[in-house]
Amino acid sequence: MSALTTLVVGIISAALVNNVVLSRFLGLCPFLGVSRKTSTAVGMGTAVIAVITVSSCITYFINIYILGEKYSYLRTIVFILIIAGLVQSVEIILKKKMPSLYKSLGVYLPLITTNCSVLGVAIDSANNGYGFAETMIYSVGTAIGFLIAIVIMSGIRERIEDNDVPEAFQGMPIVLVTAGLMAIAFVGFSGTM
Amino acid sequence: MKTALERLYNGIIKENPTLVLMLGMCPTLAVTTSAMNGLGMGLSTCFVLMLSNLIISLLRKFIPDSVRMPAYIVVIASFVTIVELLMQAYVRSLYASLGLYIPLIVVNCIIMGRAESYASKNPPVASFFDGLGMGLGFTLALTIIGAIRELSGRGRCLASTSCPTRSNRFQS
Repeated sequence: MSALTTLVVGIISAALVNNVVLSRFLGLCPFLGVSRKTSTAVGMGTAVIAVITVSSCITYFINIYILGEKYSYLRTIVFILIIAGLVQSVEIILKKKMPSLYKSLGVYLPLITTNCSVLGVAIDSANNGYGFAETMIYSVGTAIGFLIAIVIMSGIRERIEDNDVPEAFQGMPIVLVTAGLMAIAFVGFSGTM
Repeated sequence: MKTALERLYNGIIKENPTLVLMLGMCPTLAVTTSAMNGLGMGLSTCFVLMLSNLIISLLRKFIPDSVRMPAYIVVIASFVTIVELLMQAYVRSLYASLGLYIPLIVVNCIIMGRAESYASKNPPVASFFDGLGMGLGFTLALTIIGAIRELSGRGRCLASTSCPTRSNRFQS
């Protein structure tokens, strides 16, 4: 396979077939929490793409050159500190250099630290021993999958707002039912279980 | 004693983290394919929650306000690493079926939420029982969800844990 095919297949597999939210259950808190409006969902998704890409790049090099096999048990603690520090510094840099972007993304940035898909991707690629290119394809694909899922979800939730939902399903239950139906639809990408 | 009981009641029933506060949804939906998986995940989270609440409460006067988040993360991540290594050594089958979700206890919103909203403001014993109550509430919810899913999916309840979760099957 040529490099381009590998790239496209890798991204599609990470974004759609193994969608991070709907088939691996990572990053559910922001998926359910900030998917009320499409505009906020797009903001959150974009911020996640940026953070996942940079953090998995940094954690890859830290894991290879500093931790290695010998200190692999320190992965959890080192990775989460890197992610927390990165999110904090991205916030500071954006605030100083790009105030307009900061205004649109700023509120979501602190939430990304507790988005398990960021840490999940970093730990997963380290545990599976991915190379640099594989790590980057995997993380970008995963982040795109998150963006797709949260944008679709917010579109559906905007529609639900106008509908007459039975009393017992109002609020969180109808959102969880929606997420479940979306997950069933995404099983279609991977075929029968 | 009264605060301890009140904290336990609060965590298990009144402010049940999963069923009332809707926190920690990732492990709730991901690992509850069987009652045993739910129980194992719940108890390991409970262990981390109890001890991190205790330590954070003991250190609350020493941690400067501006770096409290990284400090909490270090405490929580240390306990998660301890749990991970212990499970790897003693309950391998459960460790294999929970997989990636064990290190992800670090980013469980319940733990960070309790550290920020309770342990950083209250004395150690009350914080310890707050963690215990919240942890038991989480365990209870996960075990019930797991039991229902196992019963409806495989027609049995509380069987062994050797079935891999869906995500593990994808990775292999």
